[in-house]
Amino acid sequence: MVEALYTLFGGEGPFFYFLAILASIFAIVLPLLISVAFAVYFDRKIWAAVQMRRGPNVVGPFGLLQSFADGLKLFLKETVIPAGANKVIFLIAPMITFTLALISWAVVPFGEGVAIADLNVGILYLLAISSLGVYGIIMSGWASNSRYAFLGALRSAAQMVSYEVSIGFVLVCILVSVGSLNLTDIVVAQKGGAHMWNMWVFAPVFVIFFISALAETNRPPFDLPEAEAELVAGYQVEYSSMAFALFFLGEYANILLMSAVMAILFMGGWYAPVPALDFIPGIVWLTLKIALMFWMFAMVKAFVPRYRYDQLMRLGWKVFLPLSLAFVVIYSGLAVYGVIGNIG
Amino acid sequence: MDFSSMLPVAAFWLFASITILSGLLVILAKNPVHSVLWLILAFFSAAGLFVLMGAEFLAMLLVIVYVGAVAVLFLFVVMMLDINFVELRQGIMQNAPIGVVVGLVLLAELGTLGAAWHFGDDVAKNAAAPTPVVEQVENTAALGNIIYTDYIFIFQMSGLILLVAMIGAIVLTHRTRPGVRRQDVSKQNARRPEDAYELVDVEVGKGVALPTKKG
Repeated sequence: MVEALYTLFGGEGPFFYFLAILASIFAIVLPLLISVAFAVYFDRKIWAAVQMRRGPNVVGPFGLLQSFADGLKLFLKETVIPAGANKVIFLIAPMITFTLALISWAVVPFGEGVAIADLNVGILYLLAISSLGVYGIIMSGWASNSRYAFLGALRSAAQMVSYEVSIGFVLVCILVSVGSLNLTDIVVAQKGGAHMWNMWVFAPVFVIFFISALAETNRPPFDLPEAEAELVAGYQVEYSSMAFALFFLGEYANILLMSAVMAILFMGGWYAPVPALDFIPGIVWLTLKIALMFWMFAMVKAFVPRYRYDQLMRLGWKVFLPLSLAFVVIYSGLAVYGVIGNIG
Repeated sequence: MDFSSMLPVAAFWLFASITILSGLLVILAKNPVHSVLWLILAFFSAAGLFVLMGAEFLAMLLVIVYVGAVAVLFLFVVMMLDINFVELRQGIMQNAPIGVVVGLVLLAELGTLGAAWHFGDDVAKNAAAPTPVVEQVENTAALGNIIYTDYIFIFQMSGLILLVAMIGAIVLTHRTRPGVRRQDVSKQNARRPEDAYELVDVEVGKGVALPTKKG
């Protein structure tokens, strides 16, 4: 993608290369932030519809501009820093959360070869960045110097480390079958219509991945780090204004990222469900699939009551970990005997 | 100007200086939580150095394992410690000579270890094998070959040692404490409405006797 823009600009030298890199970053980040704004609206509308309410409907037609109004409001508010807070870490924490939510998108392929960086270890990069996500939360919880925030941060640290393990094992299942850590290779292996998609063969681990993704993004029913009923708002309780907005944007960017990862790993990425429909650009299909996964995230939020903390830990370590480990053995066996995948 | 060769050099100096600086700040920071945060930054920029060397797999592993898991636990523990920093700093000069001596002994031991190291016979053979060009072989596959083909027994053995260490740690720390109310999930799930409550018709002005617990 960077190379394509570099040749498009026509110029030579470091300046134009830098410009091409900058342009490709903007080409991803700007649409992403706008999608985040609409994802928040979408989420609230779905939630409202399930509860037979109207949801946001005042700002703009059908309330479409609600998120932008909220953003403007947060932007104009005062940033409050608690007296006992560790100022530098307090302010760095939301920035880390937001930055990490954005840089993961560098490896997401929107089409064949359309990614800022088509890494050989793309999937490990995603895992690495998502494992860093916990720092924003821990640091904010500690720096706030507040009991509620700290409890939220501790819960979150334990929760995210636990569920990363099963996410890792699910990824191993896919890798063993595809034989590559490159995200583009993983999508290309699913070419040829909906029946080729990983979601059928890997249906059990898809379920595990989806539920672990809910825990990893702190979404209901696993939103214990914020748990407003017991911790007020957990790690974000002391944050206001833009610092809070960064947490909020980062959270939704992460949810969209997880939806994109599921679309890429299990639902054929940019390919159409029927090969005849491949004339429609891949980005449209990918966006549709991300929207579908996001819809499922939103529905779970509306349907399922919050887990108790010990239940959450039990589910992660005593149910998902053994299950996903067993599936690694099963799928590796199938791959070794050539039943699935192409490494036989 | 050949900027494509300039960029890695600039990146190297950036990552290298950040690594050294944050490494220094790990031991110089007054607050232990800050020390851990600097340590995390050092790990992260070391991962950047790995990427520059073309060892992208190792870099990602460093971030996932050390930054994503080990350092989180460090931070977790350090944040929960209740330390009085002023008290901690007292007597640092008294203990400094002992620290210096221990450090010197460790350094000398490392030196002798490096000087007197003998490699196994197959190491020379494996090392003599031609290194494939980076473009031809992914380093994930190359590392897999070395670990799971050339040194499989050593790898298995270290795995076993780690397993023993893990079981040992669990056995040493796990104890059943009496008087703690634990939640038993199977018991909770086996609970039925009939065991939990009872509907009683209360006559006006009479009240009811407390229900007797059913076996």
